Amino acid sequence: MTYGPHTDADRARMRAALGIESVDELFADIPLAQRAGGLDLPPPEPESVLVERLRELAARNRVDLASFLGAGVQVHHAPPVVDQMLLRGEWYTAYTPYQPEVSQGTLQSIYEYESLIAELYDLDVVSASHYDGASASAEAALMACRATDRQRVLVSRGVHPHHRETTATYGSGAGLEVVEIPLEAEGEAAGTTDLSALERLLADGGPVAGILAAQPNVLGLLEPMAALAAAAHAAGALFVAVAEPVSLAVLRPPGAYGADIAAGEGQALGIAPQYGGPYLGILACTDSLVRQLPGRLVGMTRDLDGERAFVMTLQAREQHIRREKAASNICTNQALLALAASVWLAALGPHGLRDVAALGAARAASLEAALAAVGAPRPHRGPYLNEFAIRVPNAREVHHRLLERGILAGIPLADLLPDEPSLADCLLVCATEVTRPEDIDLFASALGEEIGR
Amino acid sequence: MSVTGRRLQPLLFELSRPGRMTRRVPEPPRDALDRIPPEQRRDGLPALPELNEPELVRHYVNLSQLNHAVDTGFYPLGSCTMKYNPKVDEWAARLPGFAAAHPMAPDELVQGTLQLLWELEQALCEISGMRAVTLQPAAGAHGELTGALMIRAYHRDRGETGRTEVLVPDSAHGTNPATASMAGLTTVHIPTAADGGVDLEAFRAALGPRTAAVMITNPSTLGIFEARIGDLLEMIHAVGALAYMDGANLNAIMGRYRPGAAGFDVMHINTHKTFSTPHGGGGPGAGPVGVGERLEPYLPAPRVVREPDGTFRLERTAERPTAIGRLRSFVGSTGVLVRAYAYIRTHGGSGLCEVTDDAVLAANYLKRRLADSGAYDIPFEGPCKHEFIASAATIKHETGVRTLDIAKRLLDHGFHAPTVYFPLTIEEGMLIEPTETESIDTLDAFADALIAIAAEAHDAPDTVKTAPHTAPTRRLDEAAAARQPNLRWRG
Repeated sequence: MTYGPHTDADRARMRAALGIESVDELFADIPLAQRAGGLDLPPPEPESVLVERLRELAARNRVDLASFLGAGVQVHHAPPVVDQMLLRGEWYTAYTPYQPEVSQGTLQSIYEYESLIAELYDLDVVSASHYDGASASAEAALMACRATDRQRVLVSRGVHPHHRETTATYGSGAGLEVVEIPLEAEGEAAGTTDLSALERLLADGGPVAGILAAQPNVLGLLEPMAALAAAAHAAGALFVAVAEPVSLAVLRPPGAYGADIAAGEGQALGIAPQYGGPYLGILACTDSLVRQLPGRLVGMTRDLDGERAFVMTLQAREQHIRREKAASNICTNQALLALAASVWLAALGPHGLRDVAALGAARAASLEAALAAVGAPRPHRGPYLNEFAIRVPNAREVHHRLLERGILAGIPLADLLPDEPSLADCLLVCATEVTRPEDIDLFASALGEEIGR
Repeated sequence: MSVTGRRLQPLLFELSRPGRMTRRVPEPPRDALDRIPPEQRRDGLPALPELNEPELVRHYVNLSQLNHAVDTGFYPLGSCTMKYNPKVDEWAARLPGFAAAHPMAPDELVQGTLQLLWELEQALCEISGMRAVTLQPAAGAHGELTGALMIRAYHRDRGETGRTEVLVPDSAHGTNPATASMAGLTTVHIPTAADGGVDLEAFRAALGPRTAAVMITNPSTLGIFEARIGDLLEMIHAVGALAYMDGANLNAIMGRYRPGAAGFDVMHINTHKTFSTPHGGGGPGAGPVGVGERLEPYLPAPRVVREPDGTFRLERTAERPTAIGRLRSFVGSTGVLVRAYAYIRTHGGSGLCEVTDDAVLAANYLKRRLADSGAYDIPFEGPCKHEFIASAATIKHETGVRTLDIAKRLLDHGFHAPTVYFPLTIEEGMLIEPTETESIDTLDAFADALIAIAAEAHDAPDTVKTAPHTAPTRRLDEAAAARQPNLRWRG
């Protein structure tokens, strides 16, 4: 076998110990009518051939374009030290720390992750178990319903559409009513959550369990999170902030504006885009909600000798103990991705993280100025951090023509937000600290030519 | 090589010294944030640790060495399939063309990944005997939820909204009943018969017009193939319910039993188990779901579509209105799926069959060695599949030493413990899964260690009861951790 150790002699020894002639005898309990006779798949591929096949497939992807694409996944500098640490087999070939005495590495790293994210989000408790920002947002909505014993959730349309759709899917299982809050169409606050529409939704219909809003929102704009939190609390609802983690180096953290729960996509913290995952769902809350928090939690304790050590705790919330009464069916956790996030944050430190966020904001401002100068202004007036919409005639067609010139001009909002027709002629573009000034110039001049056609 | 010695490490935060950093990005202009309104700005910086790279590296390398891992030793954790992970799979996932591909990139920029995903779907269809596969779920439990929501949608479309119950054998993983609850369904527990299979009479009594589905793990978490599976499937379909196969134990049946072909309607596959994508201290995984004809219309969107001209694309928004909706962002945990693809290609059809045959042979060999020793109770005789149950019930009655103690004593021998006290129905149970990648020498050494510990339980019970003795920590005070939770560093 390719990676197995057994020689024919080993197998013969095992069969002899079992008193069988053929391994087939070990499968005699499968009903005859249901037995399969092998697999119709290609033959085994030697490693050298496989390597060529994989190289060739990977080379068919185009990752060499000047990219201004964000829309939920932002590319940041990846210090090589992060992946070097992740490649240690002691990390990635271990499993859930069921035997804490020989799992202190994983346990301490999860505790450190919980502490780092709690500090960044200014909340008390963090679970490292979530798949991505979308499923973490959905779990946050379910938490709010359990905590308030209410069944109605309001989700701003400023939340990424994949997060909204996932929340709706999870909500359909749990029998929740998930209602969307529209965005302001015009004025200074255009593109952010419509506060008066929110007031109407709070006044009409059943009591609200939670309100979800994103910071920055899907259009890159800064939301009035303090006002949204106050509106939620006035209605007896919880406030869920879907907050982008890198931005929290410079933006007010969820705990500071009264969020009860925070969710977020952790991919930006040192995790490669990988066409969709695996990513890291950030889920954090205040102390008072800890028993509603799904997923594994690691706490500090002592061993028999009084030495500090770490252990999975509060497991009475979880599926393997509570079964159908568990807070969630979450079983796996994202420990390796949480580790990536921790190493990335520690590799940058507070000043480095601030520089990443601030340089991204500066590059985005350069991008805005360059694009506006060639006739592609922003449709919104409110502040943004490092992602924003631009208005471009024939946005989809221009986007396609720029692709042929080696530029990935963000994403047409007609594709990302088909339910916002007023933004159909817009592109959503993003810059981070790794966006090169020469690519900004290239994008602007090419866009100017396309608009001028 | 075992994890021994007291090498506990300080926390990142305790290593922090003001002013230490490794500069990695250019300094931003001073006015970079002036356009952000003051009320939106953070007060000061988050109190993250400040370290240089050498300290950072030592911290994480030293911490990693406190872990037992497949790369360092035997990990017979039942129901988790802790097999060796071929390094080429890790290498493949890091190829820049795969790793740097943006999930919102237009289809024409990601033809390589889309082709890989499409081919992986075909391979998983063949292995599972299912008609179609979604790669979207991020884990086995996530796949279960996907399946349960599709089952609900199927019954709803037929006007059968009264089907609200899911039958789950009592040996099932806890995720099964937890999933049913998340999907708004009620769990009905079915007891296990003396032979380890489903209790047929209880099963028949519980089935009815309220049954939405039955979730069956086959082979079960007792390592036993459900010999009456043909009858069960017939009974399920006869009352209009659907059959869900928990594929956690797929490693035991590749090429021997194809659940879709046998009549199951839906099944999830834990790629991190069978296809050796790394467990990563608990994750990430991936939980593709295969379905038969009945459920294919409900697969979550977007699916990968192969066009007649041989190019690939993702389904467009609302292209398939029967889809149950999204369960996560983007198309799936592609990085995990690249590893699974590489694994399946390396082994090919014959190699995957050999994986199963060797995994089952190794489990039976180990079981026989323990049975012959007489040191442990072996509750279920006859061939097992890829894992089996041993029990320390007799040892406990005779010596007071429990399975938990034996598990901890194994750590001193350099082995990870089996899964203990699962399934919950077995007194002092241990679920042992050796996988196909452990040599006969390792299997023998592990059996010898277990047998020696059983003798020690009689001769020196206190040594076993106070184990581990050579691990980085002694036993932990779990009660204190839960009573006064300390879940973050506060300096």
